[in-house]
Amino acid sequence: MLQVEAIHSYYGESYVVQGISMVLKEGEILTLLGRNGAGKTTTLRSIVGLKPPRRGKIVFMGREITRMKPFEVARLGIAMVPEERRIFSSLTVEENLKIGIQKGRVGRWTLESVQKLFPILRERRHHRGNQLSGGEQQILAIARALMGNPKFLILDEPSEGLAPLIIKLIAETIKSLSTEGMTILLVEQNVEMTLQIAHRHYVLDQGKIIYSDTNEGLKNNREIRDRYLSV
Amino acid sequence: MTFDTTLIISQLFNGLVWGIVLGLLAMGLTIIFGMMGVINFAHGALYLVGAYSAYTSIMACTQWMGAATGSFWIALVAAPIAVGLIGMVVEFFLLRRMYEREIIYQFLLTFGLTLVIQELVTIIWGGMPRSFPTPDLLQGVVDLGFMLYPKYRLFVLILTPLIMLAVWLLLVKTRYGAIIRAGTEDRDMVNLLGINVRRVFTVVFSIGAAMAGLAGVLAGPIIGSIQPDLGNSVLLASFVVVVVGGLGSFTGAIAGAILVGLVKAVTSMLWAEASNAIVFALMAVVLVFMPQGLLGKR
Ligand SMILES: Nc1ncnc2c1ncn2[C@@H]1O[C@H](COP(=O)(O)OP(=O)(O)OP(=O)(O)O)[C@@H](O)[C@H]1O
Ligand SMILES: [Mg+2]
Repeated sequence: MLQVEAIHSYYGESYVVQGISMVLKEGEILTLLGRNGAGKTTTLRSIVGLKPPRRGKIVFMGREITRMKPFEVARLGIAMVPEERRIFSSLTVEENLKIGIQKGRVGRWTLESVQKLFPILRERRHHRGNQLSGGEQQILAIARALMGNPKFLILDEPSEGLAPLIIKLIAETIKSLSTEGMTILLVEQNVEMTLQIAHRHYVLDQGKIIYSDTNEGLKNNREIRDRYLSV
Repeated sequence: MTFDTTLIISQLFNGLVWGIVLGLLAMGLTIIFGMMGVINFAHGALYLVGAYSAYTSIMACTQWMGAATGSFWIALVAAPIAVGLIGMVVEFFLLRRMYEREIIYQFLLTFGLTLVIQELVTIIWGGMPRSFPTPDLLQGVVDLGFMLYPKYRLFVLILTPLIMLAVWLLLVKTRYGAIIRAGTEDRDMVNLLGINVRRVFTVVFSIGAAMAGLAGVLAGPIIGSIQPDLGNSVLLASFVVVVVGGLGSFTGAIAGAILVGLVKAVTSMLWAEASNAIVFALMAVVLVFMPQGLLGKR
């Protein structure tokens, strides 16, 4: 579904993504793990076109998307829920959701169906984005991404700063989306959560992938977890 | 009612009419600034083009169709569309290149455009004033019971708020409006949702330009004669309106415009020479007591 071939990305002179390659298969949950500043977010930004790599290639469903603009990438069916959630604070919950609609992409997700999945979004539909709690914002950010009926969902630290109950809800949602066929790339610091839902893992350190394994493999590899993934 | 109160009321009405035309300009400025962060110094020039293209379209129609009464109505639609298209071209080919650069480039570009447009207008239509006809249907006065008032001005007083309302509804009630407001907050995120924000920018600039053009058409019969420096004082006045109302505030732009119009009308009765300066005095007073403007945020 997605192939990332040796991409290199910079912020000015600072060399942040140093030749990352990944392959994602349809319907799987893949994680990108690693310490603060390892380059996880930058890798995601490169995939969606916000930070095109200087070198390397990104292919999605047989099409090269390396130099595409973010809106073009989105129209192909890649949705990203960014780290800061980036809810439109002056818009209502319902308006936030409606902006996620893409005319060319209809499917399972509509205003009704996301409100059914997350009833809180119906209850709060007239509230403004800035009146929501962190957990509600995260839920809204995920729902807004779903409104475009993506094939591939990218989530950047969805559990960050949230209460255990909401983390559980989000983990379950990710799991059930994947059983319905959605491909998911998940960046997390919360390794425990990812071990419960992911199929495979990549571990990033200083802009390079230093380890990749199946879920079982990482579960049993204490050394990697202690060295690169302990908080 | 005595003669004097009638005079005062009709002056206040004039102030209101002028204020509301300024409000249309200020609203265009505000939309462009709010969404794109662009301070459009070419706004007065777009108003100028609105007035002149309406003038030409009226003359052309009158020539083709004889003394056609419909010519003003055609101009009322055609001129804003023409100015909107000019806005589209300006955004697409020129302004777009300036977003990534320092703000001074936007100033230089839009200010330079003003000079170019003014010069082009002078070349095409000449520097002499041209008289702008009032549409036949709206000649003369209406009896309001307490006074007689020019039909055309009353028409402007009714039509303009309706147009403002339509634009406001577009921005507040439609999905496209929500996209525009979202773009003000976070362009990248709007892009990430599959929306071509650059195209939205083009449309926004074009809407703002069309509003300036419309103000130019509407103002034509009020000022009666048009000349190439028409846009300058209006540009200044609409900046004052935007600052008084609160930068980026929609309702503020309208409130500011009405206040400026009324204050100007009152001063022109009491002390006509000061009626232009007083507007700036008003701005200074508002800024001293309400640095964010009347309805500005934060
Ligand atoms: N806009 C930017 N300009 C310059 N440097 C940046 C920028 N964004 C990130 N960096 C730097 O790039 C490196 C990688 O950042 P990135 O955000 O990709 O890390 P991350 O793995 O997502 O970290 P975190 O877990 O804290 O989110 C860091 O050293 C960071 O300081
Ligand atoms: Mg990050």
